This record gives sequence, C-alpha cells and structure tokens, in this order.
Amino acid sequence: MEKETIFDDVIRAFKENKTALFGLIVVVILIVLAVFAPYVTPYDPYEMDLNNRFLKPSLEHWFGTDMFGRDLFTRVIYGARISLAIGLIPSLIAVSIGAILGVISGYVGGRLGYWVMRMADVVMAFPSLLLAIVVMYTLGATLFNLFIALSVVGWAGAARVVRSQVLSIKEKEFIEAAKAIGVKDLKIMAKHVFPNCLPSLMVLFTMNIPDAILSEASLSFLGVGAQPPTPSWGLLVSNGKEFLFSAPWVAILPGVAIFITVLAFNFIGDGLRDAIDPYLKG
Amino acid sequence: MQDNLLKIKGLRTYFFTRKGIVKAVDGVDIEAKRGKFTALVGESGCGKSVTGLSIMGLIPSSIGKIVDGEIIFEDKDLTKLSYKEMADLRGRDISMIFQEPMTSLNPVLTIGRQVGEPLRIHSSLSSEEIQERVLSILEMVGIPEPRSRLKSYPHQLSGGMRQRVMIAMAMICQPKLLIADEPTTALDVTIQAQILDLMLNLMKKINTSIILITHDLGVVAEVCDDVNVMYAGNIVEKGDVFKIFDKPSHPYTWGLLRSIPRVKNRSRVRRLYTIKGMVPSLLDPPLGCRFADRCDRASDICRKKEPPFNSIEEGHLVKCWLFA
Repeated sequence: MEKETIFDDVIRAFKENKTALFGLIVVVILIVLAVFAPYVTPYDPYEMDLNNRFLKPSLEHWFGTDMFGRDLFTRVIYGARISLAIGLIPSLIAVSIGAILGVISGYVGGRLGYWVMRMADVVMAFPSLLLAIVVMYTLGATLFNLFIALSVVGWAGAARVVRSQVLSIKEKEFIEAAKAIGVKDLKIMAKHVFPNCLPSLMVLFTMNIPDAILSEASLSFLGVGAQPPTPSWGLLVSNGKEFLFSAPWVAILPGVAIFITVLAFNFIGDGLRDAIDPYLKG
Repeated sequence: MQDNLLKIKGLRTYFFTRKGIVKAVDGVDIEAKRGKFTALVGESGCGKSVTGLSIMGLIPSSIGKIVDGEIIFEDKDLTKLSYKEMADLRGRDISMIFQEPMTSLNPVLTIGRQVGEPLRIHSSLSSEEIQERVLSILEMVGIPEPRSRLKSYPHQLSGGMRQRVMIAMAMICQPKLLIADEPTTALDVTIQAQILDLMLNLMKKINTSIILITHDLGVVAEVCDDVNVMYAGNIVEKGDVFKIFDKPSHPYTWGLLRSIPRVKNRSRVRRLYTIKGMVPSLLDPPLGCRFADRCDRASDICRKKEPPFNSIEEGHLVKCWLFA
C-alpha cells in the first residue's frame, strides 16, 4: 500500500496481458539485435560479392543474399537500427510538440487555442503519406529530413487528444485549489495539468511508433525516403520487388521483418492502453 | 471599533451569459474581524461561493467579472491588484479550502509535494526545511504517521483525511485569512465535528481569521462569531451569532431557522417547515426586496423599493422594511 503508484498498477496489468508481453519481448530482441549488429553477424551490410548473388536462404546466409551478393540477414538487422530510430525519434518529437501545443491550447484557450487547433485540423485533413512525401521532396531525401517529415505529420493527433484531456482536467477542483495557494498559470500547466496527461501520452507514443515505421517503409519504397545503399527495410522491399518471381526472399523477408515489428509495437500499445484505461476513465 | 482584517464594500460580481447578465453578487458588504470566525450563510445559488471566489480573485475571467465594489484586505484593495500581486497573495496571506475533498487534490502528486507547494512558491526555505514544516503541519491537522504519508497519493486517503490535507495545505504559510467554502458538506457528521474543531484550534494557534461559507446553520451556531445571511445576491441580515440566533429578524432568517428539523418533542410530530416558493432568477431579480415573493409579511412597499439596512440593536443589521 505504501508505495503503490499508478505505474505499479499499470505494470501489473501489463504483465497479465500475454500479447502485450509477447510484443515487448519481440521489441527487446529487436533492440538487442540492432545494437549488437556487428557481433551478431560476420558480414558487412555494404560489401558486395558478385559471385554469390541471389543465394537461397541457407545455414551460411540465413536470409540468403540479394542482387549484389550482400547477406540479407545482415542488411535486415542493420535496417532494424534505422527502423527503430525512425519509430522512436519522430514519435517522441511529434508527441512532445503535440503535448505542449495541446496543453497550451486547452489551458489558455481563446484565440491562441483556436488557431493551434485549426492548424492541427489542416495537418490532419491532408493524407499523411502525401504530406510526408511533399516535405521529403522539398527538403531532400535524407534520414534527418525523414525525422522532420514524420514529426510534422504526427503532432496534430497528439495535440488533439491532449487538448481534450486538458479541457476536462482544468475544470477539476484541484486546479482551482492550486490557484488558491498562489501557483501561477505556467506552473499549473507544467506541474498539475501535464502529469495528468502522461498516461495517455504514453499510449499515444507507443501507438505512433508503428505508424512511423510504416511511413518510413512506404516513403523509402517510393524512393523519397532512405537512399541506397542504406539498408532501410522499405528500400530492401523496393529493391527486391524486381526479382519477386526469381528470388522472392529478397523482397519478402524484409517485409516480414516490417510486419513483425509493427505488430509487436501495436501489441504493446494495445496492452498499454488497456492497462491505463481505468485511469483515463476516471 | 473592532479591527477589520477584510472589508468588502458594495461588491458586485456579474456573470455575462448568453441569456443575459447574472447578478450573482449584487451589492454585498461583509467585514471579517481579525482572529474571528465569520459565517456567510445562504441556500444554494445565493452567491456565497461567488463572494468567496471574488475575494480570491478566482472568478473565471472568460464569463465573470467584479463590476463594482472594493475588497479591502488590510489596506490593499484586492480588486485593483495585478495578476502577479494577487498570485503572491494567494496561499501566503489568503487561502481557500473547497467543498470537495475528493477532487481538490491532484491525483498524480504525492501528499508531501502538494502540502509543501505553497512554501516552495512563497518562501525561500530549503527542501529539508519545507519537509520539516510539512511534517509538523500534517501532525497538527491530525494525520497519523505523517512521515509515511508524505509519499501517499490522494486516492489512498479517506475523505476526512483529504480534507485535513487540504487544510494543512491552506494553512502551511500561516495565512491571515482562510476562506472555507463548505468544508464539511461532503463529510459525514462525526467527521464534520472533528474538522470544525480542527479549524477552531488552528485559528487560535496561528491567529487566522476564517470566513466560513455554508448553508448549515448548525455549523454556524457551533463555531462562528459573526453571521452574514445571504439571499439572492444580497446580505439580508448580519450580526453576531448570539443576536442572530436569539432574535432572528429578517423573515428569511426566521424561515431558515424554522426549517431545521428538531429532535425535541417527539410526541408532537409535525411537518417540517419549508419556505414557500423558489429563489428568484438572478438574471432578472425582482425590483424591491428580493425575498418579497416568498415572504408572509410582505407589503406593497416590499415589492416596489429595495429596503435599506436598519440597525435593530447594536451590531445587528437587517435589510427589511419591517424595521424601517
């Protein structure tokens, strides 16, 4: 009873959820593989070996080799680094921007709040992939710009959710009580309103990750994302599609990697939402 | 003359709604003497809470405004202070506790943090000193094992405990004035008595003046020194507690006192007295006395002209034509 916090409860509910736990394990394995990639595989992801093109998956080359004779398993593992970075960093930026704008817009309200939400509406009215393509096309196809593009796409949803929460939180009596002991507005937003939004922000963040990974894959597939020879998963699928009938594994195995990763993050997000839900309701 | 800590003169707080102007507080004069318990009594919607919020400067500016009057605290007019000056005053010199102890504490912050917050804002004490002060005030308000409670969250405490924590939070800077907005309404009767006792004790220890906003005349009789009876945005009767209860003079005060169920004379069971009619709409208050439509003794002048305050004995004022 003594040190029981909301987060202890959440962790317990999360542990009881088998699918979420499975998702978490997959993600942890993926992170370990990505971090220790040079120790996991003996091959270099960029070194070509034209004598060994299109080798079938075997004990030596688990995922086979691609059209330049590079080991596909190595490329997929190095690609995990990119996909995880793409999943985590823009999601963090997007959710942070969304949270700040959402809190301000919800708490201050008035004209400022109105215009922030109209901006969010504009962003959300655009098909997100199209918007990302436009951003990438104007800024140039680099990994860094990919972060920017995905952040630009992602903040609006977070801002909306946070704003609607803030609207209900700011009417609660403890906010009035905080004002009554002389807390100033800026501090009320940071110390009293924001922590109450944290549970839903965690859910938003995890739910944003698979979206970002998929967007990156789509952009790279279309050629405006990561550029060759970067071993991005979307790019791997894109390169492999030419040989879909002669050497199907070159396209399919990176696709499976995307599928499993996205699924795992979605499981985590769902589990987290279910665990936190009672707190969101009341 | 006695020393007034707070003097409200002709306060008018209006809310501007789509249906029109709601005159929630319409010309209210209240004095709170140093070290005394002042009551503001009235039924729901008579403007007593709005009066409290007006003193704190917490009327939501998007819909409401203090349109007239002065709130003199010591020698400052609170209605003329800037946002920053007012924020500095809140929690240090004037504090408020609210009706709902269940929702007045932030669910994601620990008790220790919340009780210490006024000190962190208004003083330059180190965090160890703040913790010491928090522990001693928690002890003073009767929280058992305060040290282990510092890390508790509000949902781990009962309603009475939470109200004690609220009081601790309001009193930690030793404010000169405490506004208690129905602090015991949400609690059951035994806890009510304890909380009132606690407030009385703290008042004496820290030499704070308290304005108690309530609809419960039993509570008023028990602890208060001065009473202001409020009806539909006006004060209708004011005086010290003995005079009001011995010689209630405004018909509304009679009505209120007669509406309290009695336990005595069990043999003669009678229907509980109720004041007939309903509170007038504050959107369009009646021209004369606002109580006239519900008053048994109303005459023509009551409906036409607002009655003045009449002194019926020393320190006992009544706003009624019966005493003019």
